[in-house]
Amino acid sequence: MQDKDKIIFTVNGTEIECKKGEMLLTVLLREGFDIPHLCYHESVTPYASCRLCLVEVNRGNGFRIATSCNHPVFEGMEVKLNTEGVAEERKNVFEVLIAQAPESEKLRLYAAKWGVRETTYRIQEGDCILCGLCERVCREVIGASAITFAGRGANKELTTPYKVQSSSCIGCGACAYVCPTDSIKVFDKGFIREIPKLHAKFELVPCRICGKPVTTKEHLEFLKKTKIEKATLETCDECKKKEYAFLVASQGHM
Amino acid sequence: MQRGWSMKVTTIEELNKIKERGFLNLYPQEKMRISIGTATCGKISGGDDVFNAARMYVENSGIKADVIETGCIGFCQEEPIVSVTKPNGVIIFYSKVTPEDALKIISLSIEGKVFKEKLLGKITEEDFIIAGESRRTEENKFSQDEKEAPLLSQHPFYKKQIKIVLRNCGFINPDSIEEYIARGGYFTAMKVILEGWEPERVIQEIINSGLRGRGGGGFPTGKKWKSCREAKGYPKYVICNADEGDPGAYMDRSVLEGDPHSVIEGMIIGAFAIGANHGYIYVRHEYPLAVKRFANAVAQAREMGFLGKNIFGKNFDFDIKIAKGGGAFVCGESTALMASLEGNVGEPRAKFIHTVESGVWDKPSNLNNVETWANVPVIIDRGADWFKKIGTKGSTGTKVFSLVGKVKRTGLVEVPMGITLREMIFDIGGGSSTNKKFKAIQTGGPSGGAIPVLENGKSGNGSLIDLPVDFDRLTEVGSMMGSGGMIVMDEETCMVDVARYFTNFLVDESCGKCTTCREGLRHAAGKLNAICEGKGKKEHIEILKDLAEVIAEASLCALGGTAPNPLLSTLKYFPEEYDEHINEKVCRALVCKALITYSIDENKCTACRICEKECPSGAISGGKNVIHKIDPQKCIKCNVCFDVCKYGAVIVSSGKYSRRCEHTKTNLKPIKERVS
Repeated sequence: MQDKDKIIFTVNGTEIECKKGEMLLTVLLREGFDIPHLCYHESVTPYASCRLCLVEVNRGNGFRIATSCNHPVFEGMEVKLNTEGVAEERKNVFEVLIAQAPESEKLRLYAAKWGVRETTYRIQEGDCILCGLCERVCREVIGASAITFAGRGANKELTTPYKVQSSSCIGCGACAYVCPTDSIKVFDKGFIREIPKLHAKFELVPCRICGKPVTTKEHLEFLKKTKIEKATLETCDECKKKEYAFLVASQGHM
Repeated sequence: MQRGWSMKVTTIEELNKIKERGFLNLYPQEKMRISIGTATCGKISGGDDVFNAARMYVENSGIKADVIETGCIGFCQEEPIVSVTKPNGVIIFYSKVTPEDALKIISLSIEGKVFKEKLLGKITEEDFIIAGESRRTEENKFSQDEKEAPLLSQHPFYKKQIKIVLRNCGFINPDSIEEYIARGGYFTAMKVILEGWEPERVIQEIINSGLRGRGGGGFPTGKKWKSCREAKGYPKYVICNADEGDPGAYMDRSVLEGDPHSVIEGMIIGAFAIGANHGYIYVRHEYPLAVKRFANAVAQAREMGFLGKNIFGKNFDFDIKIAKGGGAFVCGESTALMASLEGNVGEPRAKFIHTVESGVWDKPSNLNNVETWANVPVIIDRGADWFKKIGTKGSTGTKVFSLVGKVKRTGLVEVPMGITLREMIFDIGGGSSTNKKFKAIQTGGPSGGAIPVLENGKSGNGSLIDLPVDFDRLTEVGSMMGSGGMIVMDEETCMVDVARYFTNFLVDESCGKCTTCREGLRHAAGKLNAICEGKGKKEHIEILKDLAEVIAEASLCALGGTAPNPLLSTLKYFPEEYDEHINEKVCRALVCKALITYSIDENKCTACRICEKECPSGAISGGKNVIHKIDPQKCIKCNVCFDVCKYGAVIVSSGKYSRRCEHTKTNLKPIKERVS
């Protein structure tokens, strides 16, 4: 690291070094601090919607509560974690999140880990917290932009454009993978893959060895353009294991 | 359309020639000039009909007169306002003019007479704010009627106003660049560019003037320009924020409809100072007339070479594009506006990195409100010291407010900062329009709060009626300047209902990006709705306070940060109303439907059957010579019986509070007296 790119700042009084331009939460997680977060993922740009990764940052003469996921680190920055103020607001944020997505078991477990087990607010229906991770992963990582937000304010919802299956959706399931509340679910039944939340239905390609379903044709096309090993793409997990075992047995492991 | 020149204007002499031409338009020597207010406020009061009638009449009768459209002179409630400029220089204003009145006005004006019935006032001398020029008239040339007419500047609505931003609104034809130039327009921009001012000098002048952003935040404009000038990156953008969304505020619309060139000139100067070659105006799609007039103004400015390549013949390029907003309140927030401008969803982002460094397309972008831009040419022309003398130390200059609500005179008023609320509502507003006690003034729209002004004119007792209005004082008392909406409320306004209304507005208008604003406001609105419906519980107050704190502290943008203001200010200043709603299920303003009941006073009822006929839910029983009764089960509390009863018989009540309808007719005796 060149010196001019280096930034030194303090967390609860301890000095920490990082690179210029890094976001605070990225550094904190790397340094081993445990900060709750739901809408953050290292592979996409921060969105700062869940409001859980709150910290206190010096500003002017005092400290102010701010989200850390989208806060660039600056020289001389002083950060306080888990202050009384932060804890109180975080509890409230967890409570409104639980009220918003009471059907998400994953969210309840996560909140319980942070000491919030119930909510004082009126319970609604659903399991999505509109964190937008799926939308960003689909747009920034997959490049499909098959997912979108519709509506505004209290009527905002996560869906596909025009609420029909997106022609750009490849059925890869990356959205379901990153979803912090398990709101997006992928069902494989026989040779059919369904993602109900995205109104999506795909046919699955059979394994080139055993004929069991692997993944969607569109997903395979996408994977062929990546750096992933091409030869075993159309192979199911079970057959991949066998194939690797055969290779090791017949050719040795050197 | 007044076109016909193809020359680009590159010298002061050329501009002076246009000025002379425009001056003759404004103050014709041989004929009359009849101006009709056809801004949106004029149009909805029938300004177009008046305009057409006047034009037809002038055309058909061969009277020597120009009939032109103009913007709003501020007194919106009196629209359509017609002004007649006579060859002797006097301008006479008439209010609430009908097409028939317009014809009378024209024919009387020819005879040197004044149509006294609709007379508002006259203008005999004017100080053009720019260049310090003025226009005087000779009184000995006036007719008797004209001499007797009162001065418009002495009208209580105008007496305390200082017009800087609204300097041309209602005087010039907004579609005529010549008339804008006639009143000193474009001379400042030309001076700055032709004289080769250092951009830093322009910025320093704005910094010295103390001008603060008029869009609501009140950030020092000069400081913003300086940061944007110093920011790395090219191209740079200057943007005009005309996404005016506060309920009850419409000063930006009025400026764009009445004087679009003042904004363009401000932007030219700003772009020059900042070093930007690209400008945008982000204007509400719901303001079609403002868009039309601004677009026309941009086209005219291009023709004259004030926009485009090599402005004023110098090596400086700048042009303005118009972007129309899709109707989202949140797009008035700077980062959401820029996202929308880029073609993305109008959602704000955090401003840890300021937009002056990384705004539209991650380039340095300087956003100012319409009113801020319109101030710029005047400040540069008259100098910071002149501007600073107006207003208070921390908030210099003037502010345009839209004064609405329960006052006698409503409209757009431009007053020096530091004017007290008392002056606003009693001197300018003329006191209560309903003869009821004032209760509060709501400033700053949904992001602002309600300020108590208890009793009529009395100070003390928690009343803030003598509060000087400026950025800092309003924030201190828990409200904010916002874009300048000022809604006067009296005792017939329920403060819990006010908080409920604004919070529900924000629930719909929040972009929904961050949890605290979207969900927090939803829950706050739910509690407020419950309280208004008589389902409030004691613990709701604590929950509301908790929610307000988390929404204000942990939200992403200023919309969320200020969203609890209506709730917090009413909780702070009117806790007794919340108490009554929750504990006694009583609404003292008799507004919350679930808490009020309607009844008929048997000693007053004349059995006239009008309320029985008008009741939409068939809740009123009665008949000929039978005292009418309201069935509470069927009553939907629509207030129709209250409105139609002329005998003071209908009573609306809630606990110990009640109100009786007005007793205006006496031709029937109460049925009780008649029968017995």
